[in-house]
This record gives sequence, C-alpha cells and structure tokens, in this order.
Amino acid sequence: MTDPLIEIRSVHKHYGAIHAVDGIDLDIAPGELFGLIGHNGAGKTTLFKMMLGLLPVTSGDIRIGGQAVRGEAFRQVRRSIGYLPESLALYDNLSGLETLHFFARLKGADRASCPALLDRVGLAAAAGQRVRNYSKGMRQRLGFAQALLGSPRLLFLDEPTNGLDPQGILEFYRQLAELRQGGVTVVLTSHILAEIQQRVDRLALMRNGRIQALGTVAALRASQDLPLALRVAFRPDGEAALRQMLVELAIAPLAASAYELRFTCPRQRKMAVLAALAGLGPALTDIDVHEPSLEDIFLGYAEEMAP
Amino acid sequence: MSGIEFGQIGVIAGKEFRDRLRNRWVLAVALVFTVFALVIAYFGAAQQGAVGWRNIDVTIASLVSLVIYLVPLIALILGYDAIVAERERGSLDLLLSMPITRFEVLLGKFTGLAGALGVATVGGFGLAGLLLFAQLGGGALYHYAGFVLSAFLLSLCFLSLAVMVSVLAEDRMRASGIAIALWFFYVLVYDLLLLGLLVLGEGRFSLDFFPALLLLNPADIFRILNIFGFEDVRRLYGLATVFPETLANPWLLGSALVFWIIAPLGVAAWRFK
Repeated sequence: MTDPLIEIRSVHKHYGAIHAVDGIDLDIAPGELFGLIGHNGAGKTTLFKMMLGLLPVTSGDIRIGGQAVRGEAFRQVRRSIGYLPESLALYDNLSGLETLHFFARLKGADRASCPALLDRVGLAAAAGQRVRNYSKGMRQRLGFAQALLGSPRLLFLDEPTNGLDPQGILEFYRQLAELRQGGVTVVLTSHILAEIQQRVDRLALMRNGRIQALGTVAALRASQDLPLALRVAFRPDGEAALRQMLVELAIAPLAASAYELRFTCPRQRKMAVLAALAGLGPALTDIDVHEPSLEDIFLGYAEEMAP
Repeated sequence: MSGIEFGQIGVIAGKEFRDRLRNRWVLAVALVFTVFALVIAYFGAAQQGAVGWRNIDVTIASLVSLVIYLVPLIALILGYDAIVAERERGSLDLLLSMPITRFEVLLGKFTGLAGALGVATVGGFGLAGLLLFAQLGGGALYHYAGFVLSAFLLSLCFLSLAVMVSVLAEDRMRASGIAIALWFFYVLVYDLLLLGLLVLGEGRFSLDFFPALLLLNPADIFRILNIFGFEDVRRLYGLATVFPETLANPWLLGSALVFWIIAPLGVAAWRFK
C-alpha cells in the first residue's frame, strides 16, 4: 500500500469543556476521493481547519505528505493545496477575474490561467462583474475556481455544493470526477449523505467530534445490522390492543401521536412483528415499513424520533 | 520566524492600496488636507482681527494644530478594521490557507494602508504647499517639507495603533470603539492629564521627568518636533522655558516617532496567532 497523503493521529481540539474534535485517527491515500459527513457541529469544519493548519490542535499530530501542517515548511505544501471554505467570503469590491488574480499571486499560480478557470466554472461571462453582484451560487463557483488555482494535488472542499442549484451540483461532481481522473486527492464534507455516498471512495461519519464509522459505502452498509422503522396508524378503540401487543413483543414505542405509533424492530423479527400486527385486524388503519438509510442510523434517527 | 517573503507582503499591500485608490479614499483625504491647509493659511489669523497670507512659519504652526486633530483620526479610521473585518466576514481563513504567514498578512495590510496615507498626506499637503509657496516665496521649503514628513510619520504611528486594535478586538464594533477612545486619549485627554499632574505635583515632587512624558504620546512628539524647529514660533509659545534642549533633538524625536510605529505593530504581530 502506498503511504497515506494525509495522516491524522489522535487529534483532539478542545474549547474549554467542549470537545469539538475528540480523538480522531485517519489516513487518506493519494488520489482518494474522501467524504466527511456529519451534522452541523459534528466537528467536520474544525477538523478541516486543523488539516489546513488554520487551527492548532489541542493534542495529536496531522501530517500532509509527511509534513507537519504548521510552520514554515508547510508553506510549500500549501502551494499545492486548494481550499474552499464552508462560509466562503470573497471581496465584494473586486471582480471575479480580479479575485482570481489576487489569489493567484498569493499562491504563485500563473495568472494567465485565470480566464480559463472562470470559463471552467461557467463564470466567463461574469468575469468583469464585481463579486458584490454575484448570486450565492456564482460566489460558490468562484470559490471553487479559486481552489483550483495552481493545479493543486490536494483539494479541501467544505460543503462545496452550498448554494448551488441541482444543475450546478451535478456539474460540480462532474468536474470533481475529472479532477480525480487526473490523480487529485479530494477531501470534502457534506451534511447530505445521499449526495455524496455514490460519489466518494470512502467516507467517515462524524458525530460529536468522533468518527463513528469509516469505510466504503458498501462496507458500511454490510457492517451495519440496520433495524427497520415502523409507523402504525390505529383506530381510537385499537390503541390498547396495539400497545398490549408491543409489550408482548418487548418493543418500546419511540413516539406516539394521535392515532399513530412509531417503533423500530430488528430485521430478523420483521415477519413476526408484521404477523402480529396483521392479527390486530380492523383496529389498525395503516402500516408503514421504512428501511432506514445509513444517514438515518448515523445521524441520529433514533434521537429525532424519540419524544 | 524564518524566511519572510516580501512578494507576499507586496500582494497584500498592493490590494489594500488599490482598494483605497479605487474607492476614492486617497483622493478624498488629500482634498481635505489641501482645503484645510489653505483655509488655515488664509484665515488662521482671524482671531487677531486680520485675514490673509502670513509668514510660513506661523502658518505651519497653525497647520500643526490641525494635523494633530485630523491625522490621527484619519489613520485610526483607516486601520481599525484591517484584520478584524476579514475575520468577521470569514475571509481570513481563505487568506491564511494561502502560502502566506500571518506576519506577512499583517505587514502587507500595514504597508498598503501606509501607502494610501502617504499619498494622501504628501499629495494633499504638497498641493497646498505649492499654492502657498506661490504666495509666500520658497524660503521655508525645508520647514514645510519637514512638517509634511512628520505628519506622515504621525499618521503611521496611529495607523500602527489602529492595526494593533484590529488584531486585538473581538469584532468591528469594539474595534471602532477602542479606536475612538485612543483618539480621545492621545489627542484630547493626555495633555490635560499632564497639566493636571504638573499642577498637583508643584512643590511636592520633582518635575524633571515631566518633559519625557511627552514622548509617550506621538501627537505631542509631532507637536514638539514641528514647533521647536522655528525660532519665532518658540518665542511665540514661550516653550523653551519648559522643554529641555536635550529632548528637543529632532533625531531623538524622530526616533521616538519611529518607535511608536514599530511597537504597536510588534504587539499586533505577537498577538496575531
């Protein structure tokens, strides 16, 4: 196996009592398209900023290409890194082209490449317009063009599809696939698993500052024994019978509302539960069986359903 | 800190300077300086019941009073949000993800803004000077050039303080408050405090250290530097009696101004981590 491009070793980031990142170990291989997913506040952006050397770690070690991410030596590494921040702020008084020129100078990239980059993200026509007049989607695309300055070998994209319309999202992932063909390593975050799960090589699910699961999407699915979620609607006179049945099956309801109960059951007991429900006959008016996705499981499905 | 890349400082400085040129800040401030200088030169003696062009030395003395109020204010307004605005808007992270150090960002900001101040000061007072000398003849060119140069140095002192504030303050609102407080303190309050100290201390403790206290305020250094340059102005103010000759050395005073430029920047660089 090749050496990892990014090595993260027991990294913690504490703000007083808050553990924003709470012990993360992670290797990312060269050429990999790696997804970090989690709720807002799960620690993705904090981890990102530490990988870029923008935030010091409380403890632990992060290396990119074998180089510590702080200090003078990291300056050279930065030239081959592209970064699209989560809350992207550009300079309103500059035009799109001037914005790219400014960052190209800082990065030591060829300024002559800027018009082509604008064209690549579909902003050629707006090159001379001030960023003040750009829509959110246009700003995001300009930010992406900025990240591509100097043909980086490693891209950090924090919520890159923020503000993009569906067409823009498709186009973005098409570009990403192209970059990956060229051997670029990409680390991106999202809070929408559905969007990235078919597009990344591996992903890490973050929650409360920790990596809760790590692997390919297929492996993650296989490794999880996902329970089913059921929603049962009942007639007013059927509630007592339904609750009695659940007690007999040793299933605790997660949530109840008028004429409706929600609960989960292990996959192996699916048929037994359904048979018992069918036995209640006309007391029930409807049954939904929901196959939870990875997202549901890792992003707090059970918590959200709890009363 | 090893290896400062001056090119990177230049990129930041160039952007800051062009921003101020483009939004006409430089032009506006230069015009303010020119107009005020001409008005003061012509109407400065109105209290004595006369208007008209006067002796250049006395004109400079009047201009010094103007500069002490105006230049620190302008420099503080220019620089108070240099860093904090980028932090607040969220553009600082992207900037710092570039191959640039924080020190280079700071120095670039300072240099670019200093350039804007320099062009406005030298341009504004320079234009006024050209018009004045057309009226007054060129005898005091040396004094006037010294005045403009020291006004520029004074602006750099307060720009340096402003940049320090922009690093230390948590948000722009606080930064602007601190900047205004600094202006009040150095321009309005400090001399009053010293006078109060002088009156209180009379006969109770030695006042030998008193003139040295003036070096702790860049506005006072600027005043002394300009007023002690001129024999008749000195007589006019009766200053020679309170200010020792040793402290009036222009090189010492100039060095004190340079210290006031470097020290706040040093604090800013130290705190900007």
